[in-house]
Amino acid sequence: MIDWIVILQAGVASGTVLLFAAIGGIMTERSGVMNLGIEGMMLIGAMTAYKTAVVLGQPWLGLLLAMLAAGALSLLHAVVSIHLQADQVVSGLAINFVGIGLSMVLGEGLSKAGAVSLLPSITLPLVSDIPILGPILFTNHNPMTYVGYVLTPAAWFYINRTRPGLHLRAVGEHPAAADALGINVYRLRYRYVFVGGLLAGLAGGTISLAVSPGWFSELTTSGQGWIAVGLVIFAQWNPWRAAAGAYMFGALRRLILDLQGPQTLLWFANPFYYMPKLGFFLQMLPYALVILILFIGSREALKKRMGAPAALGVPYIRGERGL
Amino acid sequence: MKPIPFRSVLVFGAVSLLVAACAAPVAAPKAAEPTQATAAEPAQPQQQAGLQIPDVQQGKFNVAAVLIGPHDDGGWSQAHYEGLVYVGQNVPNTHVAYVENVPEGAEAEQVIRGLARKGFDLILTTSFGYMDATGAVAEEFPNQTFVHVSGFKTNGKNFGNLFGAMENMKYLAGMIAGSRAKLDGQTKLGYIATFPIPEELRLGNAFALGMRKTCPDCTMDVRWINTWHDPVIEKAAAESLFDAGAYVVFTGADTPAPADVAQAKGKWGITYDWVGSCKVERCLTAPYWDWGKIYAKIAQGVIDKTYKPGFDYFDADSGALGIYGLMEGQELTPGMKDLPAEDLQMVRDILAKMLKGEFNRFDVFAGPIKDNAGNVVVPEGEKMSQADLDQFPPGAEGLACKYCMYWWAEGVTAELPKQ
Repeated sequence: MIDWIVILQAGVASGTVLLFAAIGGIMTERSGVMNLGIEGMMLIGAMTAYKTAVVLGQPWLGLLLAMLAAGALSLLHAVVSIHLQADQVVSGLAINFVGIGLSMVLGEGLSKAGAVSLLPSITLPLVSDIPILGPILFTNHNPMTYVGYVLTPAAWFYINRTRPGLHLRAVGEHPAAADALGINVYRLRYRYVFVGGLLAGLAGGTISLAVSPGWFSELTTSGQGWIAVGLVIFAQWNPWRAAAGAYMFGALRRLILDLQGPQTLLWFANPFYYMPKLGFFLQMLPYALVILILFIGSREALKKRMGAPAALGVPYIRGERGL
Repeated sequence: MKPIPFRSVLVFGAVSLLVAACAAPVAAPKAAEPTQATAAEPAQPQQQAGLQIPDVQQGKFNVAAVLIGPHDDGGWSQAHYEGLVYVGQNVPNTHVAYVENVPEGAEAEQVIRGLARKGFDLILTTSFGYMDATGAVAEEFPNQTFVHVSGFKTNGKNFGNLFGAMENMKYLAGMIAGSRAKLDGQTKLGYIATFPIPEELRLGNAFALGMRKTCPDCTMDVRWINTWHDPVIEKAAAESLFDAGAYVVFTGADTPAPADVAQAKGKWGITYDWVGSCKVERCLTAPYWDWGKIYAKIAQGVIDKTYKPGFDYFDADSGALGIYGLMEGQELTPGMKDLPAEDLQMVRDILAKMLKGEFNRFDVFAGPIKDNAGNVVVPEGEKMSQADLDQFPPGAEGLACKYCMYWWAEGVTAELPKQ
């Protein structure tokens, strides 16, 4: 039998990584700056967090430093794309290379580390007794999973219901108008690129200290940053949809494996038991979806309909006509 | 918005330079250890755009390795990398270098050709998919030696094949796992299998045969992951097996995921490939590769002109295979300490025979062997041949197999993968 509770529980745990990265991406892109450097920032975060845990034995400090390290890298992207007004796609891709290169150099030898103290696993009292939801959401998760539950509504509320959130949307939709109203477009864009970096770093640290612990060079993140990039568009820059997508992708990863277990599914012979290669197809789905999404993202008309911030990818130059 | 192409180009240029600058000065060379040979840290190739080919050192014997993953991946590639370091430290007057993260296919051929053109005397290519590329380049550079690890081709002149019978160590790991499960009153084990190829069936079956020796009631569940190295999927597969009731999980892939997950669930995991992978308390053991001695032997053989390229398939007596916790100079892992003395003794006895060359892969696959449907695969008194160990039926032309490697051993609760 397929144990759906276990699959969803695993999906929530591994989906948290995608969630952090995607919400970071949403924050950055809502301010009008494309963010393709998530994978590189996550890798820097994963390396920093693990290295701190190895060297100092402090996983919590590791998470903090992971955020700051990825945040620092994101500032490079900010300088290049906001201040120097360079192509944001190119800058984002370059950030990936910087992130991968730096983390490989600084992570040298980390794979040889012995036993490392990781984030603990926590079961919340009371709420974990709720049938079905309790075991899925509140049992045996690392603390970051619970942070994810809080982050999603908080991010939505911040973007849609607060004054700073309004400013954030304004600089992403119509920076010139925002500027005319006295909002400092450059400063805000810098701020949200940095926030995106912090969250990407947190995602990376969550990987190396909890979700799939350890340091395996650039394989550590294994392309999850790219899934997050797609997820931002898939979610139409909405944190709730991002959460749904992140947990769905997380659960899919586990489902592929559990499907190989039982001989029958609902009284039928289980094709995944007899032909494990079918799993290839399911494994491909998130990536296929990312391709589709990036295709949509590249079409101007479709992008509008998807609800992209109008000034996304367009550097703001003060005093020039245009957006 | 006015486009500013020149500025963007400038910025991108600056960023790429930064990337190059970051990637180039890898960890300062460590002081060479004072051994009798000239010790050398492998040169790190520069990595600005694509794959950079390292340089040879004049007047030395130059050895290069081509790695599929990062040299510190904690698994397969790291085991090869450390073998290379061993060559640099133990074969006199050698210079060693490597190129990492080389994808299989056209790029691999370019890298191998680049190394040959630079003048490396011995080039080790360490992934299955490098086989044809290595063979092609070997034809172009007849005076240099090429050794391909795994795979099944050689030209008998300067392109040799090298692999080892890991089934020996998987067999022992299976015995240890079975003993552990039986002791704790559990009967279900799990296998994280990579690709449906003969090697993975062979290693899984060797483990299952060993398991049944110490625990006749034990069964083994299987998850196919279709990758050699993906930390995320490997961890999910380990969790999937443990959650389905497995008590000891072993892996055909690279990362120590089974042991890490076992740690969290209070069960046992068995890692693979690299001696350093068995770190946590709940790691029961690890079958691993120790390429140093065998690479050093080949390098010395090429220097002395005694190495004959061909099919070099080594067993445990080569010293290149290990089972963590039981080899010379190692202590029993925490999970082995309280195993029944007679089980442990049986493992030690067979290991000792393996190291002396008295027990090899053909003894692992000696009849009577039954499959999981109760059919006899190998009758009493018969043994499998190399062609059987390597191939799905009917086998290659001119190298047909009699028993073949397309069966699951007794106790495996999985269906055979469709070919």
